[in-house]
Amino acid sequence: MNERVWQLLLDSFWQILLPGIRVTIPLTLVSFSLGLIIALLTAMVQVANIPVVKQIARIYVWIIRGTPLLVQLFVIFYGLPSVGIILDAIPSAIIVFSFNTGAYASETVRAAIEAVPVGQIEAGYCVGMNYLQIMGRIVLPQALRTAFPPLSNSLIGLVKDTSLAANITVVEMFLAGQRIAANSLEVMAIYCEVAFVYLLFCTVLTKLQTYCEKRMKTY
Amino acid sequence: MLEIKNMKKSFGDMEVLRGVDIKVEKGDVVTVIGPSGSGKTTLLRCINFLERAKEGEMIFDGVHYQLNAIGRKDIAALRKKTGFVFQNYNLFRNKTALQNVTEGLVVARKVPKDEARSAGLKALEKVGLANRADAYPHQLSGGQQQRVAIARAIVTEPEVIFFDEPTSALDPELVGEVLNVMRNLAAEGMTMLIVTHEMQFARNVASHVVFMDQGLVVEEGRPEEIFESPREARTRQFLQFIMDREAPAPQ
Ligand SMILES: Nc1ncnc2c1ncn2[C@@H]1O[C@H](COP(=O)(O)OP(=O)(O)OP(=O)(O)O)[C@@H](O)[C@H]1O
Ligand SMILES: [Mg+2]
Repeated sequence: MNERVWQLLLDSFWQILLPGIRVTIPLTLVSFSLGLIIALLTAMVQVANIPVVKQIARIYVWIIRGTPLLVQLFVIFYGLPSVGIILDAIPSAIIVFSFNTGAYASETVRAAIEAVPVGQIEAGYCVGMNYLQIMGRIVLPQALRTAFPPLSNSLIGLVKDTSLAANITVVEMFLAGQRIAANSLEVMAIYCEVAFVYLLFCTVLTKLQTYCEKRMKTY
Repeated sequence: MLEIKNMKKSFGDMEVLRGVDIKVEKGDVVTVIGPSGSGKTTLLRCINFLERAKEGEMIFDGVHYQLNAIGRKDIAALRKKTGFVFQNYNLFRNKTALQNVTEGLVVARKVPKDEARSAGLKALEKVGLANRADAYPHQLSGGQQQRVAIARAIVTEPEVIFFDEPTSALDPELVGEVLNVMRNLAAEGMTMLIVTHEMQFARNVASHVVFMDQGLVVEEGRPEEIFESPREARTRQFLQFIMDREAPAPQ
């Protein structure tokens, strides 16, 4: 590799990292947080066996998991305007990523809740607690501990999935990289650099996950 | 104090309880014995509404309840007056021994934290585990876990405690420590209804023994009556079976 390419990589590094920090990371974090809330609610109504709401939850999970993320982005951003709903690119992306994360994570959370031995729930009733108290203090803390590794997985997956938002004009890391590549003609080098920054982000998350898991191992 | 009349329960079309009557007076230690599958666990679970009986009546402190029609509020109120000790302890895995014990006080009864804490430590001391207050269940032996479970049951000062084979899941050398704790409770006048396979215990500690078979109370009486001169053939058969098992005849 010649000096010119190195210089280009160096110059473009910040132009790639910056949209990563300003768009990719916030988009990931906001979508993931909302997604977790959706997942928790979706899992809870199923575990609590609330009629109708439970069926709606199942249908939601079914649709989201059965359709491509890219198509969902297009439906919301390019499709909705034709029925009079016009959303900006970033809100569209947040909606799609949140509901997508919510659907997948709800299955993780549901399985983790169901893995808590039913005897502990019965013991909770026997000491006088009610359903919500048992859920909040006994079941969910244990379930979230169980769900932590697979949820970390989803988070790491989402970091990379946000690159799909490039297709609906969100200038996140990948779209920024695309533009630089188009101008410089050093396509290989620039895309590898983009990949490298994603790898960087995900490595940090993986380390964070390991650290948190160690700290949580109290029971 | 607690009376059950004509309790019936089915799983599918299998009748597990076929009209059970049981009476527990204040200060009684009633032990329930009987072969596996006779419905002993189901009886306790129905009494504490972990299962719904399909028929029967409960009289608790003079108040009558229809077992198949009782409402959520009554169930919650009744549970607050009772304690339950499970065969496999069922401690909250994410809580320390002390937190396990105080949870019912702090959360369900809104007792102030420091008050609950001292009550919890006292209960743990009673079962000989005050020094393990901060241990998590997985750091305790089976016998210790069961003693924490007993502390959890007594800390709320229930009017009666139900035990479902509290020593059956334990290694033989750990059975004694749990039975000792229960013996002490009995001596203090705690009202208890105990399903057990520990015949020595049933005999020595109980004020009253109930023999169940196939979903019915076959015979009941004072321990001497049941163990020394049982009236029913089925009772004799069962006791003989247990004795053979516990002390196999020399070859
Ligand atoms: N949840 C359930 N669903 C279906 N059948 C059940 C259920 N619980 C218990 N049974 C059945 O009811 C019968 C009585 O069970 P129960 O557990 O009350 O017996 P037990 O006297 O406690 O026996 P053991 O001494 O083995 O503990 C058994 O035949 C059992 O298979
Ligand atoms: Mg049983």
